[in-house]
Amino acid sequence: MFYRFLKYITFTFFIKPFIYLVFGVNVSGADNLPKVSREASIIVANHNSHFDTLILMSLFSGSQILKIHPVAAADYFCDTKFKTFVFTKLLGVIPISRKVKKASKEELFKDINEPLRAGETIIIYPEGTRGNDNTLAEFKSGVAHIAKMNPDIPVVPCYINGPDRILPKGSFLFVPFIADVYISEPVYYDNTSTKEFTERIRSEVEKLKEEHKRREEL
Amino acid sequence: MEHFVFTHNVKVAIVLLYAFVFLLFGIVKIAQIATKKDLDNIWIRVKSFFFICLFFTAAFCFNKIVAFLFLMLISYLSLKEFFSLIPTRKTDRKVLWWAYLSIPASYYIVYIQWATLFYLFIPLYMFILISVRMVMSSNTEGFLKNLAVIQYGLMTTVYALGYLGMIAVVPMQYNPKGGCLGLLFYILVLTVANDFIQMFCGKALGKHKIIPKVSPNKTWEGFIGGVIGTTILSVVMAYFLTPFTLLQSVFGGAVLAIFGFFGDVTMSAIKRDLGVKDTSTLIPGHGGILDRLDSLLFTAPLFFHYFAYLNSIVFARG
Repeated sequence: MFYRFLKYITFTFFIKPFIYLVFGVNVSGADNLPKVSREASIIVANHNSHFDTLILMSLFSGSQILKIHPVAAADYFCDTKFKTFVFTKLLGVIPISRKVKKASKEELFKDINEPLRAGETIIIYPEGTRGNDNTLAEFKSGVAHIAKMNPDIPVVPCYINGPDRILPKGSFLFVPFIADVYISEPVYYDNTSTKEFTERIRSEVEKLKEEHKRREEL
Repeated sequence: MEHFVFTHNVKVAIVLLYAFVFLLFGIVKIAQIATKKDLDNIWIRVKSFFFICLFFTAAFCFNKIVAFLFLMLISYLSLKEFFSLIPTRKTDRKVLWWAYLSIPASYYIVYIQWATLFYLFIPLYMFILISVRMVMSSNTEGFLKNLAVIQYGLMTTVYALGYLGMIAVVPMQYNPKGGCLGLLFYILVLTVANDFIQMFCGKALGKHKIIPKVSPNKTWEGFIGGVIGTTILSVVMAYFLTPFTLLQSVFGGAVLAIFGFFGDVTMSAIKRDLGVKDTSTLIPGHGGILDRLDSLLFTAPLFFHYFAYLNSIVFARG
């Protein structure tokens, strides 16, 4: 309860004002934003910068943010006690191990499935890590596996433009730029193979990227 | 803490402005009911305009520091919008920080009324500083182009808008009728009114295009209507808010209308070059902050120097 309150305060009074005043966000397809207060969903996006997560979460209201959990690499975000506290308690991160152990699928995705089935929303970057120069890397199949295990939970593909200029990988100084977020209609797992479903999500994100390029070339 | 002086005339002018905005609300509402057309777009525009007025009045109600923080925020949002529009090099990240930091520096110089340094700060000292910092990144590919673009951004969003600050520190003795707020009111309302009258005349009478390649909606009829309408408004407002004589206010109004037009089409040309329609979506119904400020970028400095020339203004620190 206390940590939920802390997360609410952190976002409402610090992160959201910071994101909107210092950077600014243009949203396209806001109607497709998942109704996180009512149902679980899986938000999927391209990944270029640490700011991706903060910008995506800032699109939601304070009480909705409590239900959103970014999935992040445990070895990077939770290697010290202080980082573990900041990321898991203040930002609601679900840490997962990047080393695949031999285990059953249900066991492997336990930390993600539990909150999803409790009606919470997760943010996941299928590229697996931050990319360079705003390129869209190959998607890993994890999202498809999660969607397969939870076929009635919508997967919402997003494309974020801008954070690669705000704080690219390897940089420590952020520079203010306006970010653009594109959100497309949710997709559901369609009983094809996980490989095909991964491709399908990637093509949705690719489509949003094309939409952004078209807008720039207007 | 230094406060702004609201003279009687300025107070009346502000009340009239709000009366006009509410009149607009009323007209749109009645038109919506009478014609049964969907005028939500215009409604949003008027609403945004109302909030712009509200922010400006609120900022100048408190004291000088709040007003300057507000002007700095406007410069910051404009510069950020400009940098977000243009392509920038990865090696210029620190250069962009220097550009952002010039905003507080520039407004501080205005705040302490060191006019001569303000005139030189962006065009000369930042020009040198940006070049020095950019050379240190030692990336020569696209060097001149990026240098020029960043300097242009500073000239428009920090230097030209900084003149609003310069107008805000004009000593009371030069304008007993309205003080600096009278001058600010005069220039802001006149610039916005010019845009509005030009658009209105252009929509109602427009036939002959001026520069179709840059801005297809701009017509000779709108332009001339804008110049005439703005000049009339200038004469009326100048009588109550400024020390201008009739001839001075006619000339001032006409010059502001003409250069307001050019500020507008210059921003259109830049947007066309970059291939965007609006500079951002910050102000609902209006587009970005640069879309709204485009005319002011030219009129604010021109008006200030016109006023300073006519009244031989001397500032505290020269």
